[in-house]
Amino acid sequence: MPVLEVNDLHAEFRLDTGTVRAVNGVSFSVEPGQTLAVVGESGSGKTATALSILRLHPTPPCVYTGGEIVAGGRDLLTLPEREMRQVRGNEIAMIFQDPMTSLNPVKTVGAQIVESLRRHRSLPRGEARARAVEALREVGIAHPEARAGQYPHQLSGGMRQRVMIAMALACRPKLLIADEPTTALDVTVQAQIMELMADLQDRFGMAIVLITHDLGVVAQVADKVLVMYAGRPVEAAGADDLFERPRMPYTRALLESMPRPDVPGGAVLDPIRGAPPNLLDLPSGCAFHPRCGFARPECASTVPALEEKAPGHAAACVLTDDDLPGTSEGRRVSGT
Amino acid sequence: MTTATAGRTGAPARPASNTMWHAVRRALRRNHAAKVAIGVLFLVVIVGVFAPLIAPHDPNAQNLTLKLRPPFWSAGHQPGYPLGTDNLGRDVLSRIVYGTRISLLVGVSATLLSGVVGTAVGLVSGYYRGWRDQVFMRLADIQLAFPTILLALAIIAVLGPSLWFVILVLGLTGWVNYARVVRAEVLSLRSREFVVAARAIGDNDRQIMTRHLLPNITAPLVTIGTLQVAAMIIAEASLGYLGLGVPPSIPTWGGMLADGQLYLRSAWWIAVFSGAAIMLTTLSINVTGDMLRDVADPKAYTK
Repeated sequence: MPVLEVNDLHAEFRLDTGTVRAVNGVSFSVEPGQTLAVVGESGSGKTATALSILRLHPTPPCVYTGGEIVAGGRDLLTLPEREMRQVRGNEIAMIFQDPMTSLNPVKTVGAQIVESLRRHRSLPRGEARARAVEALREVGIAHPEARAGQYPHQLSGGMRQRVMIAMALACRPKLLIADEPTTALDVTVQAQIMELMADLQDRFGMAIVLITHDLGVVAQVADKVLVMYAGRPVEAAGADDLFERPRMPYTRALLESMPRPDVPGGAVLDPIRGAPPNLLDLPSGCAFHPRCGFARPECASTVPALEEKAPGHAAACVLTDDDLPGTSEGRRVSGT
Repeated sequence: MTTATAGRTGAPARPASNTMWHAVRRALRRNHAAKVAIGVLFLVVIVGVFAPLIAPHDPNAQNLTLKLRPPFWSAGHQPGYPLGTDNLGRDVLSRIVYGTRISLLVGVSATLLSGVVGTAVGLVSGYYRGWRDQVFMRLADIQLAFPTILLALAIIAVLGPSLWFVILVLGLTGWVNYARVVRAEVLSLRSREFVVAARAIGDNDRQIMTRHLLPNITAPLVTIGTLQVAAMIIAEASLGYLGLGVPPSIPTWGGMLADGQLYLRSAWWIAVFSGAAIMLTTLSINVTGDMLRDVADPKAYTK
């Protein structure tokens, strides 16, 4: 049974300037111990989807207009706020992009972990304190007793993200949503954090929804991938399958815009032309067609549905496998 | 919180949980005016607390045979009455000493009261925004448009003079400063990621406001609070001067000032000494408040 199943989720923001359909018919499911990566450019609806799962969007302006989010046998979208708070941090936890700002600057990190523990477990203060130190040790922080008494500004970015992870995992959630957890960190620290998350996933058997735009990271850790564009899911497949044979031109374009210094000619980037569309004024038909190298006349009029093109591989595109040339050998990312 | 000692065993130094206190000490080292001010404040508090032990006479004991005696250095002074006597022969020093209690009591209680009300209003306004914000901020506008003294006068004229009414009235009219500052701070804090993170671990609105937002605004609160104590002392003295403060049986600085005004030509010491007490106390509080503001905002003094 999946830890989380999202079916045809719609969320929109009603602003003075218009309505932004930030999440437009997103569906996916995650099994225990599995990692699902949600990828896309800035503004593609990745983070909006992640925040929707825990209903963290301020309402208004956000309105959940349809779909369901099933976790633990109930629909989170219809759960009363009171019960929703029991889900947050307890069954489903979340870590954020910028560890510099996601910790409270005026509280010691130990106190913050203690708070998140005591929110969901009735522990005596002393025991919660000991568990907090233990949690810091689990995420590989040296001298956890001393670190627990420090303030966020006394820790490095990587350590702060470790603290966030310790906080998120303190109650042993079944699912961790990681919203670009490594974007604000150095490359070397990024690798350490990803490794740590994989380690903890093995130990605790939790599922991870990883929001990222780093396809290198996706190739390393993801089991399944959901590609989003302009609020819509445009391709969903197993990670190997997706890198092997992307079936939506946008995914291809994303893969081609990655530097590949290890293959001849791969260091030359092939960027996606144009810019992500304005969500207040989406192009007609397939939102990607103005930037698509394979666009046809009908792309401007009909919105393609996300349908299965091969077993376990869905794409929202009018093109069939015969229309798409195979990915050139030099551009293949799989096998990394 | 414990005062931690830095470990020298290679472990990261235990952070000082008294960072604010260190900053205060550092600020004091270069700010001599603040040193003096804190010394004066300390003295004022001691005098207020131990008034019965310090005052040489009963502040209300009248002795008409000794009325309007000058302070000790003038000819005709009465030994045992170092700052002279007033028109009813009461000891000016003792009355000032006892007046300290009222000034401090009113200043601190009214400040606390308005601080609690104002902070609560500011938190709710800034956090929820929407109609609550509209209502509270319009109330604040109305409050500001009203001269506080006039409002206090009207209320006390109706309810009658009482120490607690004075505290209540001053406390309930002083909330606007806090509400506005807290609201502005909360508006900038509420969209910070740690607030979203707090919701993501299951905190409710009240917990976010009290455990996450409030600790982040203590610095401005301390600063406004300090300055407000001085303002409250002046306000109490003004009401006393107008004869609408606490009942006349309780000696207050403002009341002494009003009494002394009538005798300014013949017995200047009544008004001058009580006025000096007001000035010295509020000046010290303001200087201390300035120092605290510098501590709260390091940018204000780093060059």
